[in-house]
Amino acid sequence: MKRLEDIKGLEALRKKLEKKTFTEGSKRVHACCGTACMATGAKGAIESIERTAAENKIDVEVVKTGCQGLCQKGPVMVFEPTGYFYQKVKPRDAEKMVEYSLKQDIPYRQSLYRKDYLSQPVEKMEDIPFYSKQVRIALRNNGRIDPENISHYIAVGGYAALEKALGGMSPDNVLDEVDKANLRGRGGAGFPAGRKWWHTLSSGGDVKFVIANGDEGDPGAFMDRSIMEGDPHSLIEGMLLCAYAIRARYGLIYVRHEYPLAVKNLGIAISQANELGLLGDNILGSGLSFTIDIREGAGAFVCGESTALVASMEGDRGFPRVRPPRLSEHGGGVWGYPSNLNNIETFVCVPPIIEKGSDWFRSIGTENSPGTKVFALTGKVKNTGLVEVPMGITLREVIYDIGGGILDDKAFKAVQTGGPSGGCIPKQHLDIKVDFDSLWSVGSMMGSGGMVVVDEDTCMVDMAKFFLAFTQSESCGKCPPCRLGTHHMLQILERITSGSGTMEDLDELERLGKLVEKTSLCGLGQGAPLPVLSTLKYFRQEYEEHVNDKYCSAGVCKGLGVYVVDHDQCILCGLCVDACAFDAVKETRDSYFIDLDYCTRCKACLGVCQPKAIKVFRNTKEAFEQKV
Amino acid sequence: MKKEGLIDHESIGHFGGVLTEAQKNKGLLIHSLQSIQAIHNYLPEDELKSLSKNLRITLSEIYSTATFYKQFYFTPRGRNIARVCTGTACHVRGAVEILDALKQEFKIEEGETTEDASLTLETVGCVGCCGLAPVLTVNEEIVGEVEEEKLEQIVDQIRGDNGGSNEEA
Ligand SMILES: Cc1cc2nc3c(=O)[nH]c(=O)nc-3n(C[C@H](O)[C@H](O)[C@H](O)COP(=O)(O)O)c2cc1C
Ligand code: FES
Repeated sequence: MKRLEDIKGLEALRKKLEKKTFTEGSKRVHACCGTACMATGAKGAIESIERTAAENKIDVEVVKTGCQGLCQKGPVMVFEPTGYFYQKVKPRDAEKMVEYSLKQDIPYRQSLYRKDYLSQPVEKMEDIPFYSKQVRIALRNNGRIDPENISHYIAVGGYAALEKALGGMSPDNVLDEVDKANLRGRGGAGFPAGRKWWHTLSSGGDVKFVIANGDEGDPGAFMDRSIMEGDPHSLIEGMLLCAYAIRARYGLIYVRHEYPLAVKNLGIAISQANELGLLGDNILGSGLSFTIDIREGAGAFVCGESTALVASMEGDRGFPRVRPPRLSEHGGGVWGYPSNLNNIETFVCVPPIIEKGSDWFRSIGTENSPGTKVFALTGKVKNTGLVEVPMGITLREVIYDIGGGILDDKAFKAVQTGGPSGGCIPKQHLDIKVDFDSLWSVGSMMGSGGMVVVDEDTCMVDMAKFFLAFTQSESCGKCPPCRLGTHHMLQILERITSGSGTMEDLDELERLGKLVEKTSLCGLGQGAPLPVLSTLKYFRQEYEEHVNDKYCSAGVCKGLGVYVVDHDQCILCGLCVDACAFDAVKETRDSYFIDLDYCTRCKACLGVCQPKAIKVFRNTKEAFEQKV
Repeated sequence: MKKEGLIDHESIGHFGGVLTEAQKNKGLLIHSLQSIQAIHNYLPEDELKSLSKNLRITLSEIYSTATFYKQFYFTPRGRNIARVCTGTACHVRGAVEILDALKQEFKIEEGETTEDASLTLETVGCVGCCGLAPVLTVNEEIVGEVEEEKLEQIVDQIRGDNGGSNEEA
């Protein structure tokens, strides 16, 4: 495409593209090609569709989109113009789908979404509960357009905000609008983006940087990835608007190296924008010059922290440092230049704010947390995937209405929000609102938006241990509270989960946790104890059970409890005898039993027993009372 | 094989003009390490020595930076690399069992390579497919919703890679 010289050129191009792209009634398949759907076989399904359509001489456009959200049911795709939504598409279904939905506009029922085997299939995406409660701002284009095609983005209204800003708004107007919208940072702390932009602007100087934080190291979170993969141009547009507002010259996107597709799609998007003159010198004749480069991380969670990220970009070890100077000040940013760092999702929310105004944005969500938030809903829920909901929705709505409830209809135990430095929220708080302040008030946090649901089969002590093990191994080692404190806490947790903990250990854990929280240098250490402290607060009885009864009621921790064969359920297959490395499973003429003197409670037998006939009890008395 | 075509100052990016030579050299370090590793699968000492000359950064400093990041390796790795995701979502859905199964099957610990160099077993903290937990990546391919059968297939695939010389356990 030709380089656009002015704003009129962009307007004209959009008009032209609107007429050509996604025209009413045209036959299209919007097939998800996000990482998860590719892993479940989207490529084969798409090939099959293309082949069958060609054989039948049907003219169809296959749009390879980014993540559509319902990852667990992948590969997913939408057939237009009818709008039928198909899930778990196999190549052989694809042939039928072409025949039914492209040739004659009727749905292919086998591949439609169903809540369970007995319920009626749902035809349209909007009618699936997973989607119907969502409000999509950050994910507005995800799943609709081809991320590798800038024409799609422009045709659905992309770069319209840039057009509006450059055409009739001064940089201060833009900043004002973002400030009034009270857009709070989506990367963790919820700091108002407008204020941060203003700080950076007021630092002055000729050279400023705009940095997008796409490190996303929180295990269990993948919204930034989906945006970078599925809608990279909206990130570019958001960064452009920021650059215009704070008069920055250079842009940098820091992406995790585990995200190769994101790097690829961003690279394509940047070169397309360069070609069209939406990046580079004198953009659309407005005098604004801005370029974007990509930096790949090298696998360190702490590099998501702003000062560590800067160190990493400069080629150093990713050590955080004391602030001030803040990134926005001279001497604080990358190579000492004032830099404005925001999360990917934060940037992506900017174009709609500029286009539709701050009042529109504030009308969504709550007073103090306007707008929406994308969550990665995972763990033991029926529908896992990416969901974007207005702030202020309750946890219950997210987990039960959108997530479809707990897997296998087990009992809900807790939901963990905020990643490894977040907390666990128990059942009694299920009706709190999801926004920055409410989550803080119950001892957790928004974080970057991971939401991991756990059920009765999850041991909270083990969960806390898991998170702490993560932060402990990711601790950069610069400050002692974090380096030594988390190590010590982890040792205590190891003791407790292996049955040799004492009640004093619990107090020590709490004391240490508070100490580490208060005295650590960066957010990693400050947040690390939170999973422990919040589970100690809400699930103390589980800790006590491990300590006093040497028992894990969720059956997760090894080395605890009393193992017994339930003879009513045992099918005498003898697998447990083979599995036991300690010869603890003994055989009589007509049954098996476990010799507790030999049993090390390693759970090997539990794993192989198909009818689940091996039970773990608190003690022999309890086992006896249950008459097994 | 000691050519480092990558070390030109252009590749630092558009903002090269506002940096000093030393800043540019340093800024290219991680990128260069990544490129070296892409070729060799690990960071051979010889390459690092010549990188040190090219970038005018002391070898100790290069090692100091490289060892900080989990991405870099200093010993050769297996022909296949299996990474078990131990992120939150996968942990909740049974990542530990998968890891244990692979450890037992190949008789190696996490981070180690089998003697015949057919496999390196690693863990990774979330590959961003949490919806499909538990997840395992084999080389560049992502395998979701891993269960016994899929695991067996993967084991066979890796075993097949060395001509099946390993006897069945
Ligand atoms: C240990 C640690 C890891 C972090 N990881 C990320 C991350 O992966 N992505 C992110 O956007 N912010 C992360 N942050 C938060 C950033 O430091 C920073 O607050 C944020 O990117 C600012 O953007 P925002 O104001 O738009 O939220 C992390 C913070 C800490 C302390
Ligand atoms: S936790 Fe395993 S893919 Fe995210």
